[in-house]
Amino acid sequence: MPDRYRSVTEAAYVSGRMTTLPINPATTPDAVPAPVPEPHWQTLRGRNVGDRLYRATLTALALVLPLLLVTLLAELVVGAWPAIRRFGLPFVWTSVWDPVAGVFGAAPMIFGTLASSLLALLIAVPLALGVAIYLTEFSPKWLRQPIAFLVELLAAIPSVVYGLWGIFVLIPFLRSYVVPPLRAALGWTPLFGGVFYGNSLLAGGIILAIMIVPYIAAVSREVLLAVPASQREAALGMGATRWEAVWTAVVPYGRAGLIGAVILGLGRALGETMAVTMVIGNRHDISLSVLQPAYTMAAAIANEFSEAVSDLHLAAMFEVGLVLFVVTVIVNACARLLIWRVARGTAVGSRAL
Amino acid sequence: MSGRSLRRHITSGLMTGLVAVLSFTAVLALVLILGDLIAKGASSLNWDFFTKNPVPAGQSGGGVANAIVGTGIIVGLAALIGLPIGIGTGLYLAEYGSGRLGWIVRFVADVLNGTPSIVIGIFAWTWLVRPMGGYSALAGSVALAALMIPMIARTTEEMVRLVPHSLREAALALGYPRWRTSLRVVARTALAGIVTGCLVGVARIAGETAPLLFTALGNLNFSTSVTQPMQTLPHQIYEYASGPFAEWHRLAWASALVLMSLVLLLGVTARWAIRQRHGSAR
Repeated sequence: MPDRYRSVTEAAYVSGRMTTLPINPATTPDAVPAPVPEPHWQTLRGRNVGDRLYRATLTALALVLPLLLVTLLAELVVGAWPAIRRFGLPFVWTSVWDPVAGVFGAAPMIFGTLASSLLALLIAVPLALGVAIYLTEFSPKWLRQPIAFLVELLAAIPSVVYGLWGIFVLIPFLRSYVVPPLRAALGWTPLFGGVFYGNSLLAGGIILAIMIVPYIAAVSREVLLAVPASQREAALGMGATRWEAVWTAVVPYGRAGLIGAVILGLGRALGETMAVTMVIGNRHDISLSVLQPAYTMAAAIANEFSEAVSDLHLAAMFEVGLVLFVVTVIVNACARLLIWRVARGTAVGSRAL
Repeated sequence: MSGRSLRRHITSGLMTGLVAVLSFTAVLALVLILGDLIAKGASSLNWDFFTKNPVPAGQSGGGVANAIVGTGIIVGLAALIGLPIGIGTGLYLAEYGSGRLGWIVRFVADVLNGTPSIVIGIFAWTWLVRPMGGYSALAGSVALAALMIPMIARTTEEMVRLVPHSLREAALALGYPRWRTSLRVVARTALAGIVTGCLVGVARIAGETAPLLFTALGNLNFSTSVTQPMQTLPHQIYEYASGPFAEWHRLAWASALVLMSLVLLLGVTARWAIRQRHGSAR
């Protein structure tokens, strides 16, 4: 590939066929071919000054992102260091959070983050897979674009607007129509115990679910579209019904990518801040009941970071940020690798990430 | 048709119906949210809302002029910082991205795309708010720019890759050096796609609140100084929605409607344009 893009005029000049080419040593210093130690490198860079400059500029700009990632990580570790040294690993499984006494344990936030995200997945995955399967396999052609577009629009709604809607529409709705029957039927289990105040794990999970549906749906759809038609044809040819073809031939073929899509949604849910902060109740407590308030790592940073009462408190906030960052990076990297396995080299889902 | 076959066909029909219902449920959520925004926000939109600044808590009236202007400044500045870097990174990935560095940059872009925006806020706080000794709109812009770069980079790369090789080869054959081919021929051909990608990116960051919480902070007064705290629409919505006053809630809905219209206008135009151009009707 590199050779093809080499400046053609130079190639012609070098081979001696274009002797009338104006020779300007200032712009083509490498015009006279010298023995080249690294031919591959040389051709990649081009020999023209403009080409070199162009490549150097773009490379410098491209280096901003890796630099950003490295400084981000370094700064989180440095900022969190006092807390890491003070509390060690137990930071992640102890649950006392007392800024005044200077004792910090993040277990309730970590629990709340995981619980709200899993609850969100529980609701969002069937919805999103339903959308993806319906759009790729069953829907009439004229309906495809409009539905895909509308579901994508869900991703365009700002987080804070979801939060507003959660406070004034979803929570009152839950209070009047959903929680009473839920409690009547399942109130005896620890999952639905306690008094319902409105702000709760349930409200946070539902809002999160609506927010991640478009991401999971978009990537799943692209994964299903990447499944070769021969898979479907083979199944149908063996007498499978349309659903059986989808469920036994198409879905298993794209399984890695679909799992990737779900993990991608999980990554989104873990780091979502505003909407969750506004509806989850922000109580530093571990409760099994989804009707009780909870706390997430992102919400804690949003609420406490700028109001940290001591250096140690600030360091603890940095450590929460570090844990959140590392977890989301791992989750996203897994998702990315899984999706790449299905659609190698293409940018499937990169916009949704 | 035997009983077993009949059952299989019924299952197939039921599941088809189920996935259709699930699809419409997802669409219903969107319709409900947009409907509530209009129902609760539209009635508060008037001249005062756009031209007046907030009044002290408890009083009625007032508007969000400061937040609208603030959003414009912070997002504009973020675009100024983020777009060149994002587009440059995208061009790099498309032109020279086949090597190891390309792989790393692409992977980092995808990882950063999934990084919680609040963590990016901590980044801007450490590097700008703390050294400068106070919250500032500039810090907010940098945080938003950092959120935007990976998005812009990946869409730019995709758009540039869509340009046919033949075009590039033709330019090179005519004696254009590589850099001019890349800028004048390839990037220009992909320009519409790149611009729409940028619009989507700007729309996405315009609605961000989390990274602004401890960078731009918010401001009750009208301010255009980028070294001072500045109010933005998302932050205004957050403050008003969390407050106890009915008047604030009314303004929060109206602000949300304005923000949503802004984001949709940017996003929908961009997406529509991209469809028109590339006809990715699959």
